Amino acid sequence: MSDAMLSVNNLTKNFVKRLDVAGKIASKLGSNIREEVVHAVDAVSINIPRGGVVGLVGESGCGKSTLGRMIAGILKPTSGEIVYKGVSITDMSEDEMRKAALQIQMIFQNPFASLNPRMRVEEIIGEAPLIHKMITASEKTEYVCEIMQKVGLDPEYRRRYPHQFSGGQRQRIGIARALAVKPEFLVCDEAIAALDVSIQSQVINLFMDLREDLDLTYLFISHNLSVVEHISDQVVIMYLGRIVEIAETDDLFEEPNHPYTQALLNGIPKLDQRGIDYEPIEGEIPSPLDPPSGCHFHPRCLHAIERCKMERPVLREIAPDRWSACHLNDQA
Amino acid sequence: MTDTPTLEVRNLHTHFFTKAGVAKAVDGVSFTVRKGEVMGLVGESGSGKSVTGFSIIGLVDPPGEVVGGEVLYNGQNLVGLPEEQMRQLRGNRVAMIFQDPMMTLNPVLRVDTQMIETIKAHDPSVNETEAFQRCRDALGQVGIPAPEERLRSYPHQFSGGMRQRVAIAIALLNKPDLIIADEPTTALDVTIQGQILYEAQKLCSETGTSMIWITHDLAVVAGLADRICVMYGGRIVEQGEISAVLDHPVHPYTRGLLGSVPGHGTRGKRLFQIPGMAPSLLNLPKGCAFKARCPRADDECIVEPEITTPVPGREIRCCHPHLDPSEEVPA
Amino acid sequence: MSEQLTETAPVAEGAAVGKTQTPLQRFASDYFESKIAAGALFVLIGIIFIAVFAPWISPQDPYDLSSVSVLDSKMPPGSQHFDGWTFHLGTDGAGRDLLSAIFYGLRISLGVGIVSGVIALIIGAAIGMVAAYFGGWVDTLIMRIVDIQLSFPTILVALILLALLGKGVDKIIIALVIVQWAYYARTVRASALVERGKEYIEAATCLALPQKRIMFRHMFPNCLPPLIVVATLQTASAISLEATLSFLGVGLPVSEPSLGLLISNGFDYMLSGRFWISFYPGIALLITIVSINLVGDQLRDVLNPRLQK
Repeated sequence: MSDAMLSVNNLTKNFVKRLDVAGKIASKLGSNIREEVVHAVDAVSINIPRGGVVGLVGESGCGKSTLGRMIAGILKPTSGEIVYKGVSITDMSEDEMRKAALQIQMIFQNPFASLNPRMRVEEIIGEAPLIHKMITASEKTEYVCEIMQKVGLDPEYRRRYPHQFSGGQRQRIGIARALAVKPEFLVCDEAIAALDVSIQSQVINLFMDLREDLDLTYLFISHNLSVVEHISDQVVIMYLGRIVEIAETDDLFEEPNHPYTQALLNGIPKLDQRGIDYEPIEGEIPSPLDPPSGCHFHPRCLHAIERCKMERPVLREIAPDRWSACHLNDQA
Repeated sequence: MTDTPTLEVRNLHTHFFTKAGVAKAVDGVSFTVRKGEVMGLVGESGSGKSVTGFSIIGLVDPPGEVVGGEVLYNGQNLVGLPEEQMRQLRGNRVAMIFQDPMMTLNPVLRVDTQMIETIKAHDPSVNETEAFQRCRDALGQVGIPAPEERLRSYPHQFSGGMRQRVAIAIALLNKPDLIIADEPTTALDVTIQGQILYEAQKLCSETGTSMIWITHDLAVVAGLADRICVMYGGRIVEQGEISAVLDHPVHPYTRGLLGSVPGHGTRGKRLFQIPGMAPSLLNLPKGCAFKARCPRADDECIVEPEITTPVPGREIRCCHPHLDPSEEVPA
Repeated sequence: MSEQLTETAPVAEGAAVGKTQTPLQRFASDYFESKIAAGALFVLIGIIFIAVFAPWISPQDPYDLSSVSVLDSKMPPGSQHFDGWTFHLGTDGAGRDLLSAIFYGLRISLGVGIVSGVIALIIGAAIGMVAAYFGGWVDTLIMRIVDIQLSFPTILVALILLALLGKGVDKIIIALVIVQWAYYARTVRASALVERGKEYIEAATCLALPQKRIMFRHMFPNCLPPLIVVATLQTASAISLEATLSFLGVGLPVSEPSLGLLISNGFDYMLSGRFWISFYPGIALLITIVSINLVGDQLRDVLNPRLQK
């Protein structure tokens, strides 16, 4: 616990759609229009050990991207704390916060929208280190070339614009941009989802190589369980803003505990399963605006009991390094 | 096996005439789909798989054009068929499902309006009540609860997965012989994808509809399809029965693709990676399209490989196929 | 490691991308696809050339009272000056060569239109960017002011302003700026809001870049395309508005006649058969505005889909 590189405690993010003037008047006059609150991330706590790869898995509306963005410093949390290398971010001075922000970097999903279309690759990669005085202007070219080689791009093309590269190459440019500020922690938000299968394998291998070479720690956000199984040490499963299960990768895939995890693993098509009979979960993913009471998963759960409708299950350690948020575990 | 296959594509060529040159999106594609069969058409972006689907149903817009080959639907050639006759087949005997259900659904019309319209377009004699019944049954068939209420809703009131089900229901309304599905589950969540695949599987086995399922996801195809065609650079490089191809791939590209898929067996190891990138369709290299990235390529590959049958039931385009059955898929 | 490097090799051999192609080059090749727009652009360049070099290429300086004689007034196109050269488009009521008057008039019309456009653009764009970047009450306040401004008809506002300010080139420019800034603000704000949601801006935040830099170095250049389109079309609109105001008699003083004033001056003679005094300035105005609009249309078509790439 104490050597966790980054941990979040009870981190919450609510998106509030406030009423404008017209709405306020309407509600005073008795209309039942009200402020809409989406609990995108609902009191989440995780620990990420140094040098580890934690896979964060969930479907739409689970809050994994929001959580990733809070950790990377793009969104401000509503409440809760983020502790980096033992120090809470809110306790840090301006300078320390800036240093921490540079050490936690993010790789984005969309290789098209994540690069400024009007900047040359050299600029994209070299801008931040120059601004933060990590390199001097004369060192910039050499520095950029070095990083480009590290991610598998030909430095010859550093004067080109993003639209002249393929999706996989753009993703590498994004990785280079993150690496340029010498991060220690990378949040990968569906970083390979938009790529072709054969390019995905190249980028996955790159991530693994960089982890070894540069001693990086990853939070790997993905909806693709096969990739998560391949790359992670530990897996966190989220559903509608809450964590439902945390376990080491092998344990999770061999013996999933939470009913949602079980359904998720059953539902994914696998290469070696031919002509199977699917047994999909019933029902739709509920809207985050109006989540079910108690345990969010109870309407779709095959094993739901009365308690599940009324009481939110707590994430408890059910075995060493295994946590699950399910009332059924209490009965064992 | 003497009855005519539902669909027989022979040497199809579709080219796009752009200002940057001619893109040969489909470059000599041939395959057959029998009654009740599910054919998986697999490839990455730029392989031409979607354009093949559009070419079959006659929805290729300029600057694209089907420039050669035949598409035989129950023996009748669809290439060059006058638009009016094509319209009678489309939505009636041959239907298509798209990746984005909003390509099928009109956002300003209610669902029942759109579905009844589809029925009446091909059978004007049907009366309102009967049409409504059929719509309700179709929605029930794709697993939408409370279909009567749902019929009166607008598309924006459905979630993504539901919309796709409605799109599938519309495709099924006139009981077509062939459905072409272009990446219908790619944009959906995993659990919703599972539901749609389940429905699709059930439907094909119950109604005997043939299906072409276009996707880049090999795992989806593994569970669903009977046969598989692997496309690269506008051509089919390997074709055969699903288990045979996935367990004993012969073409180096198929082998590379299978080796690239991460999963339980690859945990902690480096994934096999096919070096380089897919060629641009504007600038396909001479000879074999895969030559630049193939570990077995040599001077022979400058000549475009013909379709050969190295193993019974398997068709490939390759000069150096992996014929040793004991060779492991690279990992 | 070498496997990773080979990923880049096929770009050089197979791809359609050749040497570095700046966004500008890409834009230029798309723009010239339309023959009409290319033609309009050349016409516009010609008009600007005329406007800039008017004093050197006009046969006569129409404001030099010594070279103008009332005896030459109202002569039809093609008539001869006693010095030997031709009044190609005739003369106006005061004896000025119409061709020269049009050249000088273009100067004023274009000058006022462009200068007011540029000032309004700078002010409007800055306000729009601020509104988009900060959001919240800043945004609401600014946009309500913009809405109020835009709900008044432009001619009405301009007339009132000019009644208060009086005549003169600078007064007209001020009035035109006040009437136009709101369009720019709204356009830039909309564009900036779209860009703000994009991941490259999030990346810039993640890299802890200073806010000002993110706004002006990252967001703003990507807001340019719609801004350029609006600027072009607004300039045409400003020229047209100025002409209207001059025609009505407010705005520019008689000593600096724009095309609008020329048209107004010649209006009295229309029915008596000396149509050329109004007609030719009118044609000049028409050609100017139409060519600007055609260029603006093509810009809009070319610049917008690009943003999807």
